[in-house]
Amino acid sequence: MQFSFTSEQEELRSVLRRYFEDTSPTSTVRRLMETERGWDAADWRGLHDQIGLGGVHVPEAYGGLGLGFVELGIVVEEMGRALVCSPFFASSVLATTAILNAADETQKAEFLPKLASGETVATLAFAEPNGRWDVEGVGMTARPGGGRYRLDGVKSFVLDGASADLFIVLARAPGSQGSQGLSLFTVRRDAPGLTVQPLAALDPTRKLARLAFEGVEADLLGEPEGAAAPFARTLAQACAMLASEMVGGAERLRESALEYASLRMQFGRLISSFQSMKHKQADMLLEVELAKSAAYYAAAAADDDAADFPAVAHLAKAMASDTYLQTAIHTIQIHGGIGFTWDNDTHLWFKRAKSSEVFLGDAAWHRERMIQTWAA
Amino acid sequence: MSTTSEEALRAEVRSWLEANWDPERELVAWRNLLIDAGWGAPTWPNRWYGRDLSPELAQVVDQEIRRVGAVGVARAGPRSLAQAVLLAHGSDGQKEQFLRRSLTGEDTWCQLFSEPGSGSDPAGATTRADFRDGRWVVSGQKLWTTSAHHADWGLLLARTDWDKLKHQGLSYFLIDMRQPGVEVQPLRQMNGHASFNQVFFTDAEVAADHLVGERGGGWAVATTTLMHERRGFDSFGAGAGPTDVRPGRTHAQASAEAATALEPYVWYPQRTGRVDLVLEGARASGKLDDPVVRQEIAKLLSLAKSVEWTARRARAAQAAGRPPGPEGSLGKLAASLIARAAARVHTQIAGADAMLTGADGPLEGLIAEILVSTPAISIAGGTDEIQRNIIAERVLRMPKEPSPDLDRPFRDVPRSVAT
Ligand SMILES: Cc1cc2nc3c(=O)[nH]c(=O)nc-3n(C[C@H](O)[C@H](O)[C@H](O)COP(=O)(O)OP(=O)(O)OC[C@H]3O[C@@H](n4cnc5c(N)ncnc54)[C@H](O)[C@@H]3O)c2cc1C
Repeated sequence: MQFSFTSEQEELRSVLRRYFEDTSPTSTVRRLMETERGWDAADWRGLHDQIGLGGVHVPEAYGGLGLGFVELGIVVEEMGRALVCSPFFASSVLATTAILNAADETQKAEFLPKLASGETVATLAFAEPNGRWDVEGVGMTARPGGGRYRLDGVKSFVLDGASADLFIVLARAPGSQGSQGLSLFTVRRDAPGLTVQPLAALDPTRKLARLAFEGVEADLLGEPEGAAAPFARTLAQACAMLASEMVGGAERLRESALEYASLRMQFGRLISSFQSMKHKQADMLLEVELAKSAAYYAAAAADDDAADFPAVAHLAKAMASDTYLQTAIHTIQIHGGIGFTWDNDTHLWFKRAKSSEVFLGDAAWHRERMIQTWAA
Repeated sequence: MSTTSEEALRAEVRSWLEANWDPERELVAWRNLLIDAGWGAPTWPNRWYGRDLSPELAQVVDQEIRRVGAVGVARAGPRSLAQAVLLAHGSDGQKEQFLRRSLTGEDTWCQLFSEPGSGSDPAGATTRADFRDGRWVVSGQKLWTTSAHHADWGLLLARTDWDKLKHQGLSYFLIDMRQPGVEVQPLRQMNGHASFNQVFFTDAEVAADHLVGERGGGWAVATTTLMHERRGFDSFGAGAGPTDVRPGRTHAQASAEAATALEPYVWYPQRTGRVDLVLEGARASGKLDDPVVRQEIAKLLSLAKSVEWTARRARAAQAAGRPPGPEGSLGKLAASLIARAAARVHTQIAGADAMLTGADGPLEGLIAEILVSTPAISIAGGTDEIQRNIIAERVLRMPKEPSPDLDRPFRDVPRSVAT
């Protein structure tokens, strides 16, 4: 198991750090978050054409870089740090990973090159208005007919659902239950019977949508009624990646709190000289380092297909959920009144911490999953 | 640096053990053999019984020794502090006199830093050492001295100059604990054990060549001691575990050692919280089916795992030649969090039985011992608050605490205990 990054990986990180500092300052984040789609097509092309982030973990045969989750984790960590407004997580992480896990060779050849080049923006539509993150909660039905399927039901909390061209949709055979009868499908955005409704998201940097399907024609992706295992794997890998994204944001918050405390004076001294501030910072450092260790371990475990995966993915997501939000709360507190203003940037990360805390399952839910696999 | 490969090393240790390990050997003789071969302290320099091996490779040596069921050298307790201090600051004469005997277990050590008036602030020591007739004469009181009742030698921090600034008037000594001027009184702890003591010095003597480093240079040596202590204390260090009982004279003598010199440490594993007992305990009591308890167990295991991974990141960074991070103090602080969380979880698992101890208590009183031992971890070896100060000041470079004790001769520094 890898416990340190190679020099190539460190180099990737520092290139990305500089790139996102240039291309995603908070002025840009603020501008994009006010738009409906929430990202900019030129920036998206830049990610692919300028720094070549297309298909990080996609094999080279399908137009990707052929790297692994450790590298993908570095990318999303840096994106989380800079709060990059982009459909990267939806398309390059969620949808791409689902295709990698579930699709057959022909389908991979059909979809992956376009996803890797950024030509297609895809997303994964699996949760429903009931807000459950497990497959048991899926109610959407898929009726076979004429070599294709017809989908009926509603998907919700679909990341970048209003701006994606392609949806990877999880649905079940009519009458099936639990993890039985599940299949994945691809649906084009312009498919008749599909209504896309943007949702008002608390975190304006992470756009969500609700998709209503009424007899929408869909193509099967991978094995019929064989989606349970590849989908579970996809979610676990996505959780490891989301944890990486989250620790990137948490570290940035921790640093910004330290920076502010080192400038602000009260009672004739820097607030950073007050012991309660010092101790809070020490605790924040410890918590963020622990969450980083968990996220890094989970990414490496995903690559190694380690025996403790997916338990460690649940662990990493739970740690990241608690730590990111707690760090955001501390950071606002350390800023005092200015920390509660719209003009101060802290709330941008606070809201991302809140949405990420819940997205793909909250800490308690993941802990329960973890202990179920661990104690089994 | 040695470039021995792991396999070659393993083979070498293995064949050496095959040729030399004999469970009927006398303990000290066996340990001397290990030491002479360089397997007793493989990370130490060649010149001093070692082989200059990296900690990773040294683990291979330990694994092989354990694999054949052989007894290792003496390492537990404050002797490891003495060893670190001697290697870093000792004169050749001091190394010659003490290093080997510390590894064979012939000498045991204690750490004489804390006093009634100075605990978190060991540089505030008021035990005095005065140079008279070619030797040092020591008077004063030390407190919370673990193992002083068994120790042959002590690592003593004492004041040799009262007119200098606080940190500049200290010197560091190796003191013979078995002499008339040293009186040791055991203190009973809240967990019923009596591992620590108070120690009174009345004109106790220290030979001139048992001063470590320079006169007035004691704080630098003390800092080495404290750094090693934190590292060894924290959950990143190897924990003392129960030793198996095996046949043979060497093992019999090692168990006798465990029953006497190591007796103060029998409860040490319990103060870490014993995360290893949690899942089994929860399963046995049926509490593993309680979703509330499961949440707490999962929190604890996540914490323990991520602390372990953080330690491995730190070691990997070190092995890659990157500068050591803040892991010493982070690790000690993390160990306190784990111990507290573990005590909470053990209580949830035990339910009403958590009120019972001894034979009536869960696991024959082991759980009760955990519950009354975990408070030590956030105090001993530097409190949590001190660790947070260190992290904030040294790692995050935040301003230092105001220090009204640093601008005047130590003589004039306000103190809570009169001297
Ligand atoms: C089991 C055990 C074994 C021990 N073994 C040894 C031993 O072998 N040798 C030895 O020398 N000592 C030993 N000690 C002593 C230990 O190092 C001290 O108890 C510890 O450093 C705290 O010192 P104190 O007890 O004087 O408390 P104090 O220093 O008086 O601290 C009291 C409280 O004040 C807080 N405090 C103090 N200074 C600050 C500050 N600057 N900022 C914020 N808060 C502060 C502390 O965190 C603590 O909460 C042992 C202690 C225990 C519990």
